[in-house]
Amino acid sequence: MKIGVLALQGDFREHRLALEKLGVETVEVRLAEDLEGLEGLILPGGESTTMGKLMTDYDMLEPLRAFGAAYAMWGTCAGAILLSQNVGREQPLLKLMDTELERNAFGRQIESFEIDLSVPFLEPQKPDYHATFIRGPIFKRVFGRAKPLMTLPDGTIVAAQQGHLLATSFHPELTDDLRFHRYFLELAKRPPEA
Amino acid sequence: MEKQVSSFEVKKGLAEMLKGGVIMDVVTPEHARIAEDAGAVAVMALERVPADIRASGGVARMSDPELVLKIMESVSIPVMAKVRIGHFAEAQILEALGVDFIDESEVLTPADNAYHIYKHDFKVPFVCGCRNLGEALRRIGEGAAMMRTKGEPGTGDVVEAVTHARQLYADIRVLQSLPVDEVMTFAKTHNAPFEICMQVREIGKLPVVNFAAGGIATPADAALMMQLGVEGVFVGSGIFKSGDPVKRASAIVKATTHFRDAKMLAEISRNLGEPMVGRSASSLSEGELMSPRGW
Repeated sequence: MKIGVLALQGDFREHRLALEKLGVETVEVRLAEDLEGLEGLILPGGESTTMGKLMTDYDMLEPLRAFGAAYAMWGTCAGAILLSQNVGREQPLLKLMDTELERNAFGRQIESFEIDLSVPFLEPQKPDYHATFIRGPIFKRVFGRAKPLMTLPDGTIVAAQQGHLLATSFHPELTDDLRFHRYFLELAKRPPEA
Repeated sequence: MEKQVSSFEVKKGLAEMLKGGVIMDVVTPEHARIAEDAGAVAVMALERVPADIRASGGVARMSDPELVLKIMESVSIPVMAKVRIGHFAEAQILEALGVDFIDESEVLTPADNAYHIYKHDFKVPFVCGCRNLGEALRRIGEGAAMMRTKGEPGTGDVVEAVTHARQLYADIRVLQSLPVDEVMTFAKTHNAPFEICMQVREIGKLPVVNFAAGGIATPADAALMMQLGVEGVFVGSGIFKSGDPVKRASAIVKATTHFRDAKMLAEISRNLGEPMVGRSASSLSEGELMSPRGW
């Protein structure tokens, strides 16, 4: 299986390393033509405005939308923002998931945090998942075909799934825990949607 | 487990998110918005860019908090600000403002002739400059969550940025090649903390993200530094001292992403207007150099 990692900017290297530990061949995607032959794509953490600008300038928005309609995609933090319909400000988005996010919802960097969260959908379910939030967004609304996947103890939604599309506010690529990357690979193994 | 804030992992994590990106010096909220629209991953809020600090002389200090706050309000990307080397009270003030990153910077006039800030004491992450591995590991030992090779700020001359990056990576290659019983002597020779030397030998890179800084003025400069192995670039005077800052900022962002693709770099580099005039680093007298500041 060949999985792409969007490499316009951000921590794409960490996603590649995680996938390679799982024996998956990875490709850095910087242009639309790099999507050829891939069975899934990860949108890494980074700055969503930077990635959105480069996607726009190099005509990647439509090819990425078409790819995400058929194949698995997973956005972490900035990637989750790019997958959403709305973030309350003008910036380029792929609008693939029925989600509305709020950027930097916890505040500035000094409010960035780590927390252990329960993950009944991952294999194995225990231990809890050590989630790292870096100026992270939250899911203000998850509607339509998208379903909430994880919440903080106060009920704030921090992960959502919509069929083969996955989005997390936090950064599994910054930990050595590979359960999330395995979960994504299961989504990528599903037959592409027509 | 309860929420845990400000761990070293979380501080380092923000630098991980900036990789492959360009951090731009800005002196007004308007500059900050231009930088964000051009695709900057963060802005450095300051009163004068390094070229102007050079030109005006005098003591260069932390910027007015009012300016830093205005810039923080004007953009959604992270905002960094500079403090003088060793000036932990300036750092306390910037932390209280809520800046996302503090640069303990040789661009400002040093406040302490012997000591840098003990950065582990702060919740906010720090970036520091280095010219070689020893200097980088001393700063990381003090708690820096990100490094940048120093270069020679405010010159528009990339030569010192290249020298420092090559030296840093050469030092790492040497360390990696050493048998374990030679690491302590390497640590002694380079005045570097032994435990972090062992870590670098193991992973083959710095334990934190490293960007280039000091003299980057063109898309080609950015691509050069990225190919030498840095993980992103700071551009200080190079953008807003050029003829067409909007075009140049966007071109340097693109070059930092597509740094290996010469055809794209050729396209990106076309028709950008005048670069900053600059001053060759070799024409500076010893007293004018900024990169030797710090220890």
